[in-house]
Amino acid sequence: MVNWEAVSCEKVWHEISNYLDGEVEPTLRAAMDEHFRTCKKCASVLEGTRNVIQLYGDERMIEVPAGYGRRLEKRLAQSARVSGGRWYTWSAWLIPVAALALIAGGLRFANSLSVSEPLKSEHAQPGQGIPPDMTVVVTADAKVFHVAGCEVIHNKSTAHTLTAKEAIREGYVPCTRCLRKYLETAEAGHQTLGTQANADLDVDEEDAPGNRR
Amino acid sequence: MAERNVVVDNPGQAGTTREQDLIARVQRGQNELFYELVRPYERRVYAAAFAILRNETDAEDVAQEAVLKAFANIRQFRAEARFSTWLIQITVNEALMRRRRERTVVMEGIDDRREEETDYAPREFADWREIPSEALERKEVRQKLAEALASLDRKYREVFVLRDMEQLNIQETAEALGISVASVKTRLLRARLMLRDLLAGGWEQGWFSRLPFEKGSKPW
Repeated sequence: MVNWEAVSCEKVWHEISNYLDGEVEPTLRAAMDEHFRTCKKCASVLEGTRNVIQLYGDERMIEVPAGYGRRLEKRLAQSARVSGGRWYTWSAWLIPVAALALIAGGLRFANSLSVSEPLKSEHAQPGQGIPPDMTVVVTADAKVFHVAGCEVIHNKSTAHTLTAKEAIREGYVPCTRCLRKYLETAEAGHQTLGTQANADLDVDEEDAPGNRR
Repeated sequence: MAERNVVVDNPGQAGTTREQDLIARVQRGQNELFYELVRPYERRVYAAAFAILRNETDAEDVAQEAVLKAFANIRQFRAEARFSTWLIQITVNEALMRRRRERTVVMEGIDDRREEETDYAPREFADWREIPSEALERKEVRQKLAEALASLDRKYREVFVLRDMEQLNIQETAEALGISVASVKTRLLRARLMLRDLLAGGWEQGWFSRLPFEKGSKPW
């Protein structure tokens, strides 16, 4: 049994916001409910406050400048293009950096990745005999390269093409589906032969002084 | 909560399968879908920025910056949060940084030092005359409500906008503004009661007269 007189008008005003947010304890809530039934002033405060919350919470209360959405969309599209450009810029930086690393470390570095410590996962096999100038497709979310038209290319919207040589240089590995024939050869031969893909890469570096065996 | 059901049918409400799907696809790199993900909330993003900056040009600029920032960080978004809340919190953060940078805070900062714990007593006790939601179709009604909101001190206005217009919860509002939960509750109470008094007075000043619902039969 709740005695509503235990809850003063001042107490009700103090808690009315919490009451509307459902954040008062059940006992107090019951006492306030009783108070509202008998106190017209507080009932008016409750109704008005609830009305305020309903009105301002309505989407129609949010006004934006004319053309705001269109400008936002445009800015976003521009930014996506710029960040796409940045991606290519980064790639362009990575090529000479990778080349320098190879020059500095010599071929043992490259071979250690692909031959001396063969990667265990089928997905991470480097492949063998892949024509270096073959056009391949890579996407933003996987370090795998494919031939165009491969049905397991995920996220096609981010796809861009480069040569197999470049893809390998950037750390991509061949798709196990569309480039399987190169992988099977590699699996059979990687312990003894090294990878043709890396051999192809080596050809490019022959002019660099640090690259001579 | 029954009192808060005004925007529950927002098609972009957090947690919908469609929104989760969009987020996952954008996170996988389908950048072109990001605007679709943001669009249901773009107006709220602007409103949050405007509540803090009080200037249309700055608010739009910050809204764009916030959306770009969300785009750049979308992979860090975790599904346990609401996307809308995450986006609004980024916006508030951007807006607060902009304001600090431009030092407009100096002009309004004084009221923040005023004691805020004293209770606000309502002034209008006549039977409440409800303003129905349909009245928001009228530009002059929206204008009067916006003016009433703009007349509040900054600290009350910001909490009210984030809680009651942006629909953040108390905790999220506190985090976004960097204030305590207790402060949010106190300021929210004052903001709501002050607005109620202002709107009650509006009837007497004729703000809402000459509107359709004032003539003849009342729609409520």
